Amino acid sequence: MNNHSLAELVSVTKRFGAIVALDQLDLDARPGELLAVLGPNGAGKTTAISLLLGLQQPDSGSARLFGGPPNLVEPRRQVGVMMQEAALAPELRVREQIDLAASYYPDPMTPDDALEITGTTALRKRPYAKLSAGQKRQVQFALAVVGRPRLLFLDEPTVGLDIQSREMVWATLRRLVADGCSIVLTTHYLEEAEALADRVAVLAKGRLIATGTVSEIRGLVVRKQITCRTTLSAEQVAAWPDVQTVTRDQHGLHITASNTENVVRRLLASDEDLHDLEVQRAGLAEAFTELTQEAK
Amino acid sequence: MNPVLAPIETSEAVGSKAMPSGRVLRAYAVEAKYESLRMMRTPAFLAPFLALPAGLYLLFAVLLFGAEIAKDPKAGLFTFIGFSVFGVLGPGMFGFGVSIAMERETGLYTLKRALPMPPGASLIAKMLMSMLFVAAIMATMVAAAPLGHLRLGAVQLLSLSLVNIAGSLPFCALGFLVGSLASGKAAPAFVNLLYLPMIYLSGIFFPLPKSMHWFAAISPAYHLDQLAFASVGAANDGAAALHVLVLAGVTLACTMLALRRLARVG
Repeated sequence: MNNHSLAELVSVTKRFGAIVALDQLDLDARPGELLAVLGPNGAGKTTAISLLLGLQQPDSGSARLFGGPPNLVEPRRQVGVMMQEAALAPELRVREQIDLAASYYPDPMTPDDALEITGTTALRKRPYAKLSAGQKRQVQFALAVVGRPRLLFLDEPTVGLDIQSREMVWATLRRLVADGCSIVLTTHYLEEAEALADRVAVLAKGRLIATGTVSEIRGLVVRKQITCRTTLSAEQVAAWPDVQTVTRDQHGLHITASNTENVVRRLLASDEDLHDLEVQRAGLAEAFTELTQEAK
Repeated sequence: MNPVLAPIETSEAVGSKAMPSGRVLRAYAVEAKYESLRMMRTPAFLAPFLALPAGLYLLFAVLLFGAEIAKDPKAGLFTFIGFSVFGVLGPGMFGFGVSIAMERETGLYTLKRALPMPPGASLIAKMLMSMLFVAAIMATMVAAAPLGHLRLGAVQLLSLSLVNIAGSLPFCALGFLVGSLASGKAAPAFVNLLYLPMIYLSGIFFPLPKSMHWFAAISPAYHLDQLAFASVGAANDGAAALHVLVLAGVTLACTMLALRRLARVG
């Protein structure tokens, strides 16, 4: 085992009938970092988390949580969990749900503190069954953090949240990481990974296809985009070396190129009236799309 | 820094996060507390199971056949014990079984497995609630007993109540097994497939024809019914030890099968 890992999958394969959900997957969560696990639907993100939590057993390879088997209760006492599809007891009120979860941990914060830091204090006396879908996610987040975990697993934590609630979750996650908590987060909101992640792991078809910082992942995709208003036609520019695609719309000409510097020099030389010039690196979204397309 | 988000202790050895035994015991107690709250907040489930045994007993043993039963103490006892055993079946089979199936379906069971809930805390809490529920049903039966011309003393009623409370365990285990196999929507139907034959074909309400004795022999309701007769000192079929053995066997076998299924499938 990697001594720096709090949780890890080593060469894990998991099948459901004929479907290979995870294929020789290596994944680890390191102290003090937020790891964002990205991937299209069915990439194996939730299965990977289930294995790290001991909810399922790998067909081959190994899953470790704090150095031990994840299905034991002791390592899970250092773990907080927010699952993608989990309804809490509908008969209980919000504060009661948090109080019950807090009782499982050795040194939890008080339920009222958990409600406060997650912005759910106003919901404390509300029956869980009567909350909106977004409010339920917020309460599940409070439940995940109440145990003051060293490692937090969040499966699509901000699905269904309004912008204000999402900002609240992000702010709390940043504070948790700053205070030493490690987080494994699956998301299909790329801006969430871009805003929060120290490290990104991109999964496709149960395989790890890329891992690194957000900027390293973006760097895997070399193309950049140039936008400008010019009298040059799209056909002219498309014929230049290094130019990959050219499109025109009401905002001007959009050029993707592998060597933007050469193309920009030639644009400026060819059109003295050229204006509104912008050069953008590929975002995480473009990188993600390209990487997962390549994996197909 | 927000005092709530105090820095996480990272110097301790990886994997060691001791939970004092007092806190572990408290976790079991908190689980039982909230399980009881959940039960009390579902009156639509609670009321019929609580009211039916004593209500039906009063209907049959007092209103409809009161005169006949007053002349036949054995029939009075048979009816009283029959309805008290009938009261034992519901909370375990429906309360325990259907709630496990629902929790599996909604993901709550999986979340509890992922959380560091002490082993079996939720199951123990549900079992205690079923036993408490049966105790409440027995209280209603004891309250109704004097109206049915019964000549049972306090010790006999207490003994019968204790046997029935302990006797809820095999029905909890049967419900647990169904809950571990069926979806939340299908579980009530599957529980009924066991519940209804057990009520009508175990000889608890009317003597069975010989052709149905084989069913009684494999029905936990029949064995609990016979133990209930023994608990009040009345004549019964077979040795009490045999009935206890069958009920314990059903409890153990169903629990083991359900646990095995949940460990494999969740």
